[in-house]
Amino acid sequence: MRGRMNKLALSDDILMKIEKPARYIGGEVNAVVKNKDEVDMRIAMCFPDVYEIGMSHLGIQILYDMFNRLDGVWCERVYSPWVDLDAVMRKEKIPLFALESQEPVRNFDWLGITLQYEMCYTNILQVLDLSGIPLLAKDRGEDMPIVIGGGPCAYNPEPIADFFDLFYIGEGETQYEKLISLYRLCRRDKLGRKEFLRRAAQIPGIYVPMFYEAAYHEDGTIASFTPTEENIPPVIVKEIEKEVSSTYYPKKPLVPFMRITQDRVVLEIMRGCIRGCRFCQAGQIYRPVRERSLDMLKEYATAMLKNTGQEEISLSSLSSSDYKKLPELIDFLIEDCSKNHVNISLPSLRIDAFSLDVMQKVQDVKKTSLTFAPEAGSQRLRNVINKGLTEEDILNGAALAFEGGWTRVKLYFMLGLPTETEEDIRGIAELSNKIAATFFETVPKDKRVNGKVQIVTSTSFFIPKPFTPFQWARQCTKDEYIDKAYLTRNAIKEQLNQKSIKYNWHEADTSVLEGVLARGDRRISQVLLKVYEKGAIYDAWSEYFDNEKWLSAFSECGLDIDFYTTRERGLDEIFPWDFIDCGVSKDFLKREWLKAQKEEISYNCRKECQGCGAIRFGCGVCFEEHYDDNTPCWS
Amino acid sequence: MKIRIKFRKYGNLKYIGHLDVQRFFQKAVRRAGIDVAYTTGFSPHQIMSFAAPLGVGLESNGEYMDMELNSFTDCQDIVTRLNQACVEGIEILSAVVLPKEAGNAMASVAAAGYTVRFREGREPEFDWQNRIASFYGRESIPVTKETKKGTAEIDLKQGIFSMELRGDTLYMLLDASSAGNIKPQMVIEAFLSDNQDTLKENALLITREETYTNIGTPDMPKLVPLEAVGLETAYE
Repeated sequence: MRGRMNKLALSDDILMKIEKPARYIGGEVNAVVKNKDEVDMRIAMCFPDVYEIGMSHLGIQILYDMFNRLDGVWCERVYSPWVDLDAVMRKEKIPLFALESQEPVRNFDWLGITLQYEMCYTNILQVLDLSGIPLLAKDRGEDMPIVIGGGPCAYNPEPIADFFDLFYIGEGETQYEKLISLYRLCRRDKLGRKEFLRRAAQIPGIYVPMFYEAAYHEDGTIASFTPTEENIPPVIVKEIEKEVSSTYYPKKPLVPFMRITQDRVVLEIMRGCIRGCRFCQAGQIYRPVRERSLDMLKEYATAMLKNTGQEEISLSSLSSSDYKKLPELIDFLIEDCSKNHVNISLPSLRIDAFSLDVMQKVQDVKKTSLTFAPEAGSQRLRNVINKGLTEEDILNGAALAFEGGWTRVKLYFMLGLPTETEEDIRGIAELSNKIAATFFETVPKDKRVNGKVQIVTSTSFFIPKPFTPFQWARQCTKDEYIDKAYLTRNAIKEQLNQKSIKYNWHEADTSVLEGVLARGDRRISQVLLKVYEKGAIYDAWSEYFDNEKWLSAFSECGLDIDFYTTRERGLDEIFPWDFIDCGVSKDFLKREWLKAQKEEISYNCRKECQGCGAIRFGCGVCFEEHYDDNTPCWS
Repeated sequence: MKIRIKFRKYGNLKYIGHLDVQRFFQKAVRRAGIDVAYTTGFSPHQIMSFAAPLGVGLESNGEYMDMELNSFTDCQDIVTRLNQACVEGIEILSAVVLPKEAGNAMASVAAAGYTVRFREGREPEFDWQNRIASFYGRESIPVTKETKKGTAEIDLKQGIFSMELRGDTLYMLLDASSAGNIKPQMVIEAFLSDNQDTLKENALLITREETYTNIGTPDMPKLVPLEAVGLETAYE
């Protein structure tokens, strides 16, 4: 790589003036630099948030590696400039650039934007705007990059449909090569932007918003959503990688200079989740569960650690305890990594004798806290959300942990779940109290470190998401959310062990908006434009979120927030995202929604098939033998 | 066995801060497969010591880092392997084996040599090349230094070991010990202020050329580069 240091896009004066210039210089270990003259496809992959967040994301690392393995393709990265640089770039009219070549994004063939959370939507507009790309897809000329969206929020792309030329629905490993070939062909034959998009719309998983039209009933709900041309598919089926053990995965992940949010090697052990918690979107859209082979994971763990020099490896999945060969994998990691002084980070494990034993081997018990995610305070409500975890499971797990020396426990709950009562909320306080009591019952006085236990109880507000059984649910108002948080706080104060319990809650304004953006329709695009014009960016950062801007943008657009949030949705309503087939059927989600109201649980995929529809992909857990897996969901 | 690495930091990597350089080396050493020693305890870390922190925006041809090794091949092999694990912007220049009694890199630092240039259009408003001698010739140069606890009056002159024009750049040898560290910019600011001028924003291009240790006595100092106290082969 020597002799290839690039001239930076930003001047020394700017870099010396802004915070953390390392965000903008590229040149990190394992960054891919190709010879411009030997590539014909320039792709900028964007995570529309600050570098430290974006660099922590696994998906981009997978796609970056995949694209750069292809001949003639050079994929680079771009992140949102932080607010200080944002102001400088606007003032001095500096176009947004990609990190590797430091060249303007505007000159690239594609700009891919990953959509990981709704509150980053104004940052998409920031990235387009700073790049000098027209915000609306319809205004883009032949020389502009094709703007592509992907990631979990692409499962309801409608609120941002106007800003994207196309969306890739589902897992990125499968169709991009085909899309690149098509792009090259259209470019060679000079067929133009629109013809490329028309043909792209016929590739599985590709949604091109300009070829669809929505009609609305008088009450604002959708009357129809249809293609405007022949040969454009009315339904887009999500893409899925069936062979997760032999597909793309980076052996040389990027190593940033500066400290980032997830500063470690990430080993994705499986996709999907067998559990089916009814509030969880990831648990539905990544179905069916597919495990990567133990051999692959061993090979990649070793290679990634060697090629990065990272001191920590983290297992990633929605529920790591459900990976069948977890003991073998952990044994390997302990054997192989610990001797090289590599820390092993194990998120989302169920708390039992096995996991506590493992954690004692790999962590400093005194310094770490154990995490439980009961999500709801009462058994009744946990049945509604299909979270099989019982109070007994939690208390037994806690007792084991306290015996093992842990003194800190984190508890995660949601407020505002469907059917929730005051009693359920008080259950949060009571459960927190019982866990504290378990400590005092389990650990004799002379063995208590500092004599105390620390329970941190956190609540977030439940936000109904598309493609979950709760997509029909009414979302709470801001005032309802806040009342629930106060009720929780007061109930905790009434507990005997309240001094051992610390309570945190999430902001309500952003939760309301997140709900609008999550279940919004195409009309929300104009609100986003308006709020961006008012200066909104970095809405995911509470210090920059300005609710007033959003409220006035809604009223200027004549759109009602309550329509998207608190309105009761009928079982037959056409949702904005219904044209996407996420793998599980709407009938299945409807059945789950009705079961929830009857407080009935559904078994996990390993124990009993619930007929969600994901079996048609012909892979994963659907083709394993069923067995009596009675373990509850812990993550 | 303890070895001392000398490296350059240049180009775009001048925007990387000292802590990030430390983190970079922790990982580079692992990528290079160097058998570095770790502390014991629950969160072991590599036994490493960096000489003098270099501010963001400065380049250097004379940075140092010590590390403790469990096993050793030879100095050239370590240089080669580390260079393969580096990126453009950090280059390993040499490795030497330290005698047992050598102090660690950080504690050893006595002085650092810097070359300073003014950016085009941001030069002083006076004939600065011809005023260096008279500034350096002063008995004392009292300045106010910002410290963690507020401000302190110090005599800058005590910390300037030499100051001269070399071609069109200004060379300065300054105290870089932990007790008396002088930043080159402070000297330039005092120099300009002495000539009724003020430093323009981001006007300086500074390179640390070498870091020195004192092998003489406090009264009769003898400054040598930090690498001079080591050998290229292992001690018997």
